[in-house]
Amino acid sequence: MPLPVYEAIVEHARSAAPDEACGLIAAGPDGRATMAYCLANLDASPVTYTLDPAGHIKALHDAESRGWHLAAVFHSHPAGRAVPSATDIAKALEPDWLYVIVGLAKPDRPSVRGFRIAGGAVTEEPILVEAA
Amino acid sequence: MASVRIPTLLRPSTEGAAVVESAGATIGEVLSGVAARYPGFAAVAFERDGSLKRYLAVFLGDQDVRHMRGLDTPVPADAEIIVLPAASGGAR
Repeated sequence: MPLPVYEAIVEHARSAAPDEACGLIAAGPDGRATMAYCLANLDASPVTYTLDPAGHIKALHDAESRGWHLAAVFHSHPAGRAVPSATDIAKALEPDWLYVIVGLAKPDRPSVRGFRIAGGAVTEEPILVEAA
Repeated sequence: MASVRIPTLLRPSTEGAAVVESAGATIGEVLSGVAARYPGFAAVAFERDGSLKRYLAVFLGDQDVRHMRGLDTPVPADAEIIVLPAASGGAR
């Protein structure tokens, strides 16, 4: 993950706290992340998120206009660890997506981790942050 | 003929098809056309009362049809309809 994408999702998570932040991450044909779309959390809640569908469709169209695709959804756990909760697992509907979680239990040391979630099975996919 | 983009979540119900062509004058008719071709689609896309599943959003262009006329929203010829699953979750 390029550093600017990493920084964007961490900053979105910090600015939304104490509520959860959420958004989408686009990737290019090679699978590398290209852009974070920082979207509204319709729940405006510290413990749940629902991605704004209007932002979702705009991100989809923008990404596809650039030859990208939406590869990941991210959200934050403002007071918790970067691991999927039971709710995250139960509501993970898209098996193609990487589910990225920003844990802000230690706000000065955010943790960003990615997971594949399909059929209740969770597999971590390491995120490598690349310097710009 | 409209084209309906099917999210990965629902593709088992469309035999893996990512895009399904379907005719209809309204969103409901177009999606019912998909269900007629792929019977499993109805069960994953519609509630028993015929409304859309709550975890799905259907877009005509950039417009969420829930903010238009729902399943009665007219569909222009050659429209692209996008079905998106809700993205949600959270720490609790």
